[in-house]
Amino acid sequence: MSSFKIQDCHKQTIKQICESFNNNPGELISILHKTQGEFGYLPEDIQREIAKNLNISVAKVYGVVTFYSFFTMTPKGRHAISVCMGTACYVRGAEKIVDELKEQLKIKVGGVTDDGKFSLDCLRCVGACGLAPVVLIGEKVYGRVEANQIKDILASYED
Amino acid sequence: MAQYKMHLLVCGGTGCRASQSDVIVKNLESSIKELGLSEEAQVVTTGCFGFCEKGPIVKVIPDNTFYTQVKPEDCEEIVREHVLKGRRVYRLLYEDPETQKHIEDSKHMGFYQKQLRIALRNCGFIDPENIDEYIARDGYAAIGNILAEMSPEQAIDIMKKSGLRGRGGGGFPTGIKWEIASKNKADQKYVVCNADEGDPGAFMDRSILEGDPHSVLEAMAICGYCIGASKGLIYIRAEYPLAIKRLQVAISQAREYGLLGDNILGTPFSFDVELKYGAGAFVCGEETALIHSMEGHRGEPTVKPPFPAEKGYLGKPTNVNNVETLANIPVIYLKGAEWFASIGTEKSKGTKVFALAGKINNVGLIEVPMGITLREVIYEIGGGIKGGKKFKAVQTGGPSGGCLTEKHLDTPIDFDNLLAAGSMMGSGGMIVMDEDDCMVSVAKFYLEFTVEESCGKCAPCRVGNKRLHEILEKICAGKGTEDDLEYLKNLSYVIKDTSLCGLGQTSPNPVLSTLEHFYDEYLAHVRERICIAGRCKALKLYTILPDKCTGCTACTRACPVGAITGEKRQPHVIDVDKCIRCGACYDKCKFTAIHVQ
Repeated sequence: MSSFKIQDCHKQTIKQICESFNNNPGELISILHKTQGEFGYLPEDIQREIAKNLNISVAKVYGVVTFYSFFTMTPKGRHAISVCMGTACYVRGAEKIVDELKEQLKIKVGGVTDDGKFSLDCLRCVGACGLAPVVLIGEKVYGRVEANQIKDILASYED
Repeated sequence: MAQYKMHLLVCGGTGCRASQSDVIVKNLESSIKELGLSEEAQVVTTGCFGFCEKGPIVKVIPDNTFYTQVKPEDCEEIVREHVLKGRRVYRLLYEDPETQKHIEDSKHMGFYQKQLRIALRNCGFIDPENIDEYIARDGYAAIGNILAEMSPEQAIDIMKKSGLRGRGGGGFPTGIKWEIASKNKADQKYVVCNADEGDPGAFMDRSILEGDPHSVLEAMAICGYCIGASKGLIYIRAEYPLAIKRLQVAISQAREYGLLGDNILGTPFSFDVELKYGAGAFVCGEETALIHSMEGHRGEPTVKPPFPAEKGYLGKPTNVNNVETLANIPVIYLKGAEWFASIGTEKSKGTKVFALAGKINNVGLIEVPMGITLREVIYEIGGGIKGGKKFKAVQTGGPSGGCLTEKHLDTPIDFDNLLAAGSMMGSGGMIVMDEDDCMVSVAKFYLEFTVEESCGKCAPCRVGNKRLHEILEKICAGKGTEDDLEYLKNLSYVIKDTSLCGLGQTSPNPVLSTLEHFYDEYLAHVRERICIAGRCKALKLYTILPDKCTGCTACTRACPVGAITGEKRQPHVIDVDKCIRCGACYDKCKFTAIHVQ
């Protein structure tokens, strides 16, 4: 698990977020969206703090966090790589791209490189099916990617 | 308002944006300014034109010139030649793949000729961030008429007569849904727009929200008036940032104009809309799961009845409609139920939007009348199979649907025919596959998706789909037996019959439909251990082409299991039973004599 230790300033931020939704447990998903936007991920300590503020069980918060694919309990790399695994990209060879990325980065899908530079994930359809197969790095979209271009693409990210 | 002679419409949909359409807008604007044409021409960022294959698209009106694959550096030339001198830039025009001629007027493009745009009527025509443009195309006229002239009952009656059926997958008649919700008495009711498009490879809802958000808002208000609800909620995927932004802009503009909020258009009717964010769960497309998610819970479905129309969001009567369904509604009231009912087939009225993708020349978003044949869609609109390969199947309905094959090419597409053919309409993903696609792998791909997305509430779906996936993996790895095929079938029926919600009840469809239409391919996997399409790594069949083999023995030495034999300077042979499909021989051979199937 992550080594995240919650500080008083973090508690303050979480409190403000929860209050902005009137500490309403019905707004849990919105609160988690906002909190993840602030911290980048949702480690255990943060979930405990949210549960405390909303006066609901930690299990409830954890249940929701793990249910939805958008929420993550591990931090992303500085450059988050997402390979589209929608059907359109799949039939146009997205699998090969994932294999190549795994090979180059020496990590699994869902993993982060040791230096924290890249993380690798798959997602379902960015909607740029005309450009299939598609790879996203941060906000940048790479379309019609071929396995032999991966090395150069990765090399263009320096730090 | 300034009168422009020319408008340059630039696609601002997600696909074209990914290829820098935002830079194109900037460059066009600065070129127009430089050449002093600011009074003559205007650049408009619109929603999706649908022709994503050749994006980014720039369309010039009034002359309907359709520029494809425009690059930021082409902008200056377009402005200098087309806007200033009135000459088309021929090298950027769409080229007809058959005649190899540049097409000057987009109306003559095969891609658009067979289409009929109702839900997408405004996508690619208007600036989605400007309410005036929507109003100029009769926007908010339908709600105006209804509030002034009709009772809710009359309005529901029109909806029933139109024959509109839900476009999210189920195909339930919209008018009847409204009627049920209207009859349930409560102090508060809700209208929910389901914009949680989770089907991989389908992006029609997103394109509508990005290209024409006001039509969805107007339809929600109409629905609110009909069923007696004053609150609307849009449940949208957080992964759609552009659609969210456009909706936010649209909502605030509509409020400003008094088209949302208290006492709309001076009538006693009040209605307002709020956004609720999803967080990525396919099962939330199911009404009850969606409602639980909006309440802040895990998106797990519950038993129906009670239906949402009776007990929905926060226990109140709730009407859930999909984005595309809603986008059809304002026009139905403007042009009449008879007009809408005259389009389509007997039981499926109107049009359907499909996201056409996969191994096809024209990938994109299309809207066609119900009853059109697959052949027309694939060969006339889609421009045929990529690279001139052979058509194999088309998958509709996403992970809940099935495959249609060559024998279905001339079947008219509508809700009932697709069901009869073992597939379903679903939300409208249409993935075309060619001879290189292995149908067992495709079934495995969808099952992988279902296993990941199953909410885990009921055992048939949680455990059963996992087992289906394992068997498919086994078959693809060349370890399957004929008994496995029987087992796949039986288990599929058990899952279908015993699952709680729509996800589990339909998740074995990709398996059942591929088993039915491509049984030979499954048999080849388990009997001969061959993947005809050559997609399954473990089943690749390596052979040596005798006319190319020089007998150099390089492969014999490379083979780790001694499967290759032969005399020196004589063609060698691979023993298929010994071969472990590692590919070492293929890599070593200098004469391309190793053939892989």
